[in-house]
Amino acid sequence: MDLLDFARGPALQIGLYVFAFGVAFRLASLLLLPRLKDLSAARKGAPGAVVASGREIIRRMWPQSVYAEATRFTTINGYIFHLGLAIIVFLGTPHILFLKGLIGVSWPGLPTNIINGVAVITFLSLIAALVHRLQSPVLKAISTANDYITWLVTMLPVATGLLAISHLGWRYETLLAVHILSIAVFLIWFPFGKLMHAFLIFLSRGTTGAHLAHRGAQL
Amino acid sequence: MSTMTSPADGAKPIDVAAATAKLLGATSGNMVTYLQSCVHCGQCAAACHFYQATKDPRHTPALKLRPMLKAHRAKSSPLAWIGLAPALTERDLRETEDLIFDTCTMCGRCTQVCPMGIDVASIVQISRQAYAAAGLGPSDLMAAADASRDKGSPLGLTPEKLEERIEWLADENEVDIPLDKAKADVLLTVSSIETMKYPSSIVAMAKLMNHAGVNWTFSSKGYESTNFGYLAGNTSVARVMIERIVAATAATGAKTVVIPECGHAFGVMRYAAANILGRPLPFEVRHITEYLADLKRQGRLRLKPMADAFTYHDPCQISRRGGATADARYLLDGFATDFREMSPTGNFNWCCGGGGGVQAMGRAADVRHKVFKIKMDQVEATGANTLISACSNCRLTMDESKAHYHWPHEIGSLVEILADHLDDTARPAAAAE
Repeated sequence: MDLLDFARGPALQIGLYVFAFGVAFRLASLLLLPRLKDLSAARKGAPGAVVASGREIIRRMWPQSVYAEATRFTTINGYIFHLGLAIIVFLGTPHILFLKGLIGVSWPGLPTNIINGVAVITFLSLIAALVHRLQSPVLKAISTANDYITWLVTMLPVATGLLAISHLGWRYETLLAVHILSIAVFLIWFPFGKLMHAFLIFLSRGTTGAHLAHRGAQL
Repeated sequence: MSTMTSPADGAKPIDVAAATAKLLGATSGNMVTYLQSCVHCGQCAAACHFYQATKDPRHTPALKLRPMLKAHRAKSSPLAWIGLAPALTERDLRETEDLIFDTCTMCGRCTQVCPMGIDVASIVQISRQAYAAAGLGPSDLMAAADASRDKGSPLGLTPEKLEERIEWLADENEVDIPLDKAKADVLLTVSSIETMKYPSSIVAMAKLMNHAGVNWTFSSKGYESTNFGYLAGNTSVARVMIERIVAATAATGAKTVVIPECGHAFGVMRYAAANILGRPLPFEVRHITEYLADLKRQGRLRLKPMADAFTYHDPCQISRRGGATADARYLLDGFATDFREMSPTGNFNWCCGGGGGVQAMGRAADVRHKVFKIKMDQVEATGANTLISACSNCRLTMDESKAHYHWPHEIGSLVEILADHLDDTARPAAAAE
């Protein structure tokens, strides 16, 4: 078994299993905990918990105008690399073919040069995020190993993907194997680190939405 | 096995195990979700007045999650499974004590900006219980909680003193202030800050209630609505204070409890009390601004126009976290002809810096004064000379900083300006509710 076979086979399989079971375990361990029942009287006209949670999940997709200036870089740069990653993963033709092998369905992808352009922008955006974290006194104070490991495992698939399509360095098969291995590492780290926010965002926003809407507080 | 640890420098020993147990007791899905969700984006710093006033990264609200998170990770995380998750230490608690007490007013601005929606104030409230269990926390805050339990109020307002005070205020101002009326529709409560420092607020509330023909009373059985047990993380005192008001309400048969100008008193009685007692309250709780707005809607509050220029400071627990932002504006609408909103205002207004019991912490005075500079800038930008609020705790915090800076602006109370402008020539007929 050569490196590419290993990456495509056992490495990716282990990554997918750890991802699936890890995410399921973390979500189950949270969802099975008792939720606080608020015994105070709800404000007249307050929406129910489900509606309030849904509203809050959507409302927090963009900061309130009062905070727009202070959060501009984080918000805009955050959207750039999140959307970039989503476009690369879900609209890049090689990735669609990989996903078809997993879930059995496929959809049209974007032209390769567009995906390559998005990958470059995403790469630069992730670099900007790291520089910001290293330069901001607040971010330096609150950052932990989790932040840097998460940045690294997110950056590696983007960087190795760019190297693979550029045929830079090693031969293509080796670059592709390294790219797939980096994805396996990403999947393995996912449930243990802050990548879990992709799922937790719905729970935490929803919890606060229900908590404060009960009071009639306009967030 | 002793759980008490004592540092070499001779500081009071603290009970780390008790704190850990309290933090681990916060096992609801709500809290654990918050603990696990922080992405360390740092946006909360932009919303925190303590960070904005000091630019010290230690005051980033995200850091206030760490002690509870560490306790939880030491118990249940992949590293804990292999015995590598460090436990919460005495050093952790001592080094973060000021973050949990002195530099958090639980104002909720950080919750507003957090992209994950983490409610840091909820975490801080439970953390205070843990630190208090360990024997930490500012001594004056803890003493205020003890005085509430032992004397009836944090400032030593005993039932006897309340009776004397009310009698004096009623005589001095020729206003009827009922105490321990056998039957009343409304139980009015006090904040001891008003009673001891701003007694004109008590008179103002009485005048407004009498003007509208409300059947109301104070009660010597339960009068103090500021709950320092809650603020100090002492749940048993919090429960005692709530039970006193519940008992007083039952004794008078009142259906409504009105909280005076105190933001945290409102937040605790309106939203936390039922959860602390473990049962719904058998009466409705209204903040005085909400109740007066109700009276105005019913045509029972007639006011003469007020032309003086002024601006309004939103108490966090009434506006942002209380859902009553609009009622203060409704009261001012059509009455205050030169009311100027500050920026930001309403739900986004900056905290005064003294909420959550921080006002009572002598050692936090310097940082409170720094925070007040934000408010001074807000007020000065409006061009108004007068700043009013609907919270006596905010008012006291701002008055102290005003004196510190010799700031030449007036600070007042919403209830007092309303009472000063009652139109008794068009007095509504006394209406029994």
